[in-house]
Amino acid sequence: MTDTPVALGARPSLRERADRFRARRASWIPVSAAVGILVVMFAVGQAYFGNFLTPRVLSSLLLDNAYLIVLAVGMTFVILTGGIDLSVGSVMAFTGILCARMLSEGAPTGVVIPLVIVLGALMGLATGVLVQVFEVQPFIASLAAMFAARGLAFVVSLSSIKLEDPFVLALQSTRLAGGGWYLTPTGIIAIATVVIAALVLHFTRFGRTVYAVGGSEQSARLMGLATARTKVLAYVISGTCAGIAGVLFTAYSGAGYPLNGIGTELDTIAAVVIGGTLLTGGTGYVLGSMIGVFVYGTIKVLISFLGAEQSWTRITIGALLLVFVVVQRVIVARSSRS
Amino acid sequence: MKLLRHRLVWAVAALVTLIVVNTISRPTFLSITLQDGELYGSLIDILRNSAPLMLVALGMTVVIATRGIDLSVGAIMAVSGAVALTVIEASPTPDNLGVVLVAIAVAALVSLVLGAWNGLLVAVLGIQPIIATLVLMLAGRGIALLITGGFITTINSEPYQFISQGYVLGLPFAFLVSIAAIVVVALIERRTALGMLTEAVGINPEASRLAGVRSRGIVWGAYIASGLLAGIAGILYSSNIMAADANAAGLYIELDAILAVVLGGTSLAGGKFSLAGTVVGVFTIQTLKSTITFLGVPPAVSPVFLAAVVVIVVLVQSPRTRSALARLTRRRTPAGGARIDPEAAS
Amino acid sequence: MTSDDAVDPVTEAPVVEITGATVRFAGTLALDHVDFRVHAGEVHSLMGENGAGKSTLIRALTGARPLDEGVIRIHGKVARFARPRDAQRAGIAAVYQEIDLLPNLSVAENVLLGREPRRFGAIDWPRMRREAGAVLAGLGIDIDPASALGSHSVAVQQLVAIARAISREVSVLVLDEPTSSLDLEEVAELFRVIRELKDRGVAIVFISHFLDQVYEICDRITVLRNGSLVGEFRTEELLRIDLVQKMLGRGAEQLVERPRPEVDAEPRRAVLRARGLASRRLRPTDVVIGEGEVLGLAGLLGSGRTALARLLSGVDRPAHGRLELDAREVRLGDPRRATRLGVVYSSENRRSEGIIDQLSVAANITLALQAQRGAWRPLRKARRDELVASWIEALDIRPRRPELPVGVLSGGNQQKVLLARLLALAPRVIVLDEPTRGIDVGAKVELQNLVSGLADNGMSVVFVSGELEEVVRVSDQIAILRDGAVVDVVPGSQVTVDTLLAVVGQPDEG
Repeated sequence: MTDTPVALGARPSLRERADRFRARRASWIPVSAAVGILVVMFAVGQAYFGNFLTPRVLSSLLLDNAYLIVLAVGMTFVILTGGIDLSVGSVMAFTGILCARMLSEGAPTGVVIPLVIVLGALMGLATGVLVQVFEVQPFIASLAAMFAARGLAFVVSLSSIKLEDPFVLALQSTRLAGGGWYLTPTGIIAIATVVIAALVLHFTRFGRTVYAVGGSEQSARLMGLATARTKVLAYVISGTCAGIAGVLFTAYSGAGYPLNGIGTELDTIAAVVIGGTLLTGGTGYVLGSMIGVFVYGTIKVLISFLGAEQSWTRITIGALLLVFVVVQRVIVARSSRS
Repeated sequence: MKLLRHRLVWAVAALVTLIVVNTISRPTFLSITLQDGELYGSLIDILRNSAPLMLVALGMTVVIATRGIDLSVGAIMAVSGAVALTVIEASPTPDNLGVVLVAIAVAALVSLVLGAWNGLLVAVLGIQPIIATLVLMLAGRGIALLITGGFITTINSEPYQFISQGYVLGLPFAFLVSIAAIVVVALIERRTALGMLTEAVGINPEASRLAGVRSRGIVWGAYIASGLLAGIAGILYSSNIMAADANAAGLYIELDAILAVVLGGTSLAGGKFSLAGTVVGVFTIQTLKSTITFLGVPPAVSPVFLAAVVVIVVLVQSPRTRSALARLTRRRTPAGGARIDPEAAS
Repeated sequence: MTSDDAVDPVTEAPVVEITGATVRFAGTLALDHVDFRVHAGEVHSLMGENGAGKSTLIRALTGARPLDEGVIRIHGKVARFARPRDAQRAGIAAVYQEIDLLPNLSVAENVLLGREPRRFGAIDWPRMRREAGAVLAGLGIDIDPASALGSHSVAVQQLVAIARAISREVSVLVLDEPTSSLDLEEVAELFRVIRELKDRGVAIVFISHFLDQVYEICDRITVLRNGSLVGEFRTEELLRIDLVQKMLGRGAEQLVERPRPEVDAEPRRAVLRARGLASRRLRPTDVVIGEGEVLGLAGLLGSGRTALARLLSGVDRPAHGRLELDAREVRLGDPRRATRLGVVYSSENRRSEGIIDQLSVAANITLALQAQRGAWRPLRKARRDELVASWIEALDIRPRRPELPVGVLSGGNQQKVLLARLLALAPRVIVLDEPTRGIDVGAKVELQNLVSGLADNGMSVVFVSGELEEVVRVSDQIAILRDGAVVDVVPGSQVTVDTLLAVVGQPDEG
């Protein structure tokens, strides 16, 4: 019984301090693994190409993936509760094309942008209600939202709509530059989303309830936590993020297109999982999801540097996902044994 | 009352409604013409076009019965089409029947291996089915693109085109393929004990283990079957357009297939499954798509209708709606019948 | 409900007083006008076997399920608990065997979540850790509040659950099987905490199937049996043997015993032999089962009877030891292999490990046989129908409709279906874990007769039951288990329920 934590010694030894660190921070291990992979990829890229780690490349990493970061943040909330949201790519396409269409017809920017974000939130609300109230599996409920949003995107327009609104274009074209580095408003929005989400998850009862629901919904309910509201809200947040991502992606591509974001839900889920969030719920961080998106983005850049086909991106992501899932499986198996 | 409880009643009702709506809005819908000994008409088109979804949905039914799900079917279709067309393209004699047969065999074998890979992850490594098959769903299209070298491979091959366009005994060959698949799957599941053992594993894995059921093999086999059927669906698809389009082949077909299975009364929670239900579900979806097209709605918008169908179906099947309905009917018919497990009767 | 043992009048009013508690489940009485009371500063044990009504009573007390009849008074005032939260507000807290906490969150959160200290609307983490640390320290538990709960042992998690329960004003603390997965030192630590709380005036309801622990910590004992109150007793006035007798009950009607030779003319040929079988719940055990013999496993819940049954049937992997069938070693942990060799097992959990509820009676009966033949060699329909019909006939399974989903049958008939499933394999050894649990008296007798019949036909039977009469009635040999060990093996013909009771309920020496 020497290692019972019931009676920790008064002066912690080095080993005890290590144990203590592990007991507190075990859930960060997968995130550090993602950081490790990112660092390795940076190092390999730099060693191989010599001109990989430049301010330009690194800045564009944030710029090119701003919308994906926002989607991944929303997805993280849902996955933390133990659910899944397949609709994010379609909702992004729908809100994006609607934004472009309304702006092209002269609606004021100050109305359009809040409106499409609210629409995204409403789609999330619909999914959440199906899941919580009607006990529909998250997979199927978000599948319905995915179909609906994709179809609605085509209802808005069957073809691409060019974006001319100066404000939205400025989200992408404004550059806060310095020493080769630059930052666009889209990047700032993505970072802000991550920060706000991290604060909400860490410092609010809602945030902790998200984790609690993912850990054990029944226990959370017995603890008197508002599990039903929390689950619905997680989908609303994911929908809201998809709405924001719609605006960002429209700004990024300079046009709305109803076929945008096909397969993006998979990229998002992969990024979240690679970022260390367990698909069974309860463990993970939005910061990790952002790292996961960077891993995804870096793979893309590396492949384009290599001049290889972009199809390698998905294959590599798939392989990486597999490695992470197997590792997670081992971790879960080990912790359930102890 | 008993009829209303039958698990197929909703799917059949939906299908009949669709056919009635179609017949009213376009009287030619039901007409079938005979031309050079070959049948033509809207219904024939539906039968032909439903073939790839039928194959995929049959495999999905078996996988779902084991409490699983296979998201990778669309990707496997893409790989299979890419493999078949690459083999034919590489041959100097694309019109040679032997070449086409070899191409089909290689494509089917590759799909089988991919299915076995999914099964390995689920049955042996114990990874959640959604995630395990997500891996291949992500990577599969990339692999397909690699096989075709990043291009849309197109070919000219009579025998290969025959698969989707040809007629045998007056019926489209593709339809006959799907009939054959239905018959084979039904025979394997229902004439052997496989179906019963699959349901047992899906309903109660631990009780099945204690009874000595070889559940690992059964689950693995389900994914292999699903992979193989998806591969054949990929051949049908690529034969239809005579091209291997790694991005478009089987796009969203996993979702249509899951929908068909659920429409057919098989629960996503696993266990009892109905192949007949899946067949009806597939025809319902295909007729719905045909209706949408006919109504002048751009095909791209059709997902909205599918979404509506999904929502209606899941709401009808939701426990909350059911208990509300049950309360209503109980109030109306105070003399309750025999005690029937609602799960068993659904 | 009257009791022959008078209880001393308590002057002080009880904290909780439940009178006439009645709960019906699907037509049967889970609780039948039960009275129960707990006083401040006492540890009160609720005792009874499976199905006695303990958990139903606790669920009513904690607001998880309302009473159909009866009144709950808290400090003399009538309370209505529609939800768990109502009971929590009234100062009733419960800690269950399966810890209802969140292993993925920190210890501090598990203690305080729901009432966490906040500043400007945000969780005040430093204060939360301090406060949680203070609650834990108050119980003498020294762990890092910031560490993840899942990084601690079950014992510590249990203590954290108690810390959570008492972190708010609590007058009654229910501990439901808190010690079942703790080792001796951990139990001592838990008892230290319980005494601490008792001194603070908390009323504690303690449920455990370990008699030693009950006698060590409890002041008073309330015994339930079959949903009815047997009585309330002071611990020091109730002999263990009396307690066990009250829990298990003794049917006034002495059932006719199975005719058995007084002493075996010649020793039976050994069929199944366990050599030093041991697991986490069972100390190394040797037993032998002869041909045509019924070996009864008698013992209280948690005595290791189920663990031994599962090991003997080869479905679990042991920590040590081996199992021999006809002097040949059986590889353990693989039900499929054991079944092939003719050793079959029927679980005590009929619903979760026995029946396949949505499948038909016919499919359930033929499942094991079909699994053994393999998927590709289906039983021919005619043969299958005949087989099913003959088993339905032989075991008198009702209703006689093989196409019905087995889930709609009564418990007794489900059990017969399971028995048919195993017997269809024509096994050499059949292990039945609590085959008569939760089924009505008529079906019970039928099953007992069936077991006797099997043995008379040369099958070896391992029969596990919490009801001693039953064990005495059907067994040739009885292995008596206590605290995870076989303490004695006696011939069935030479024991009575009374002599068994004496051994089962005996305190541990030392």
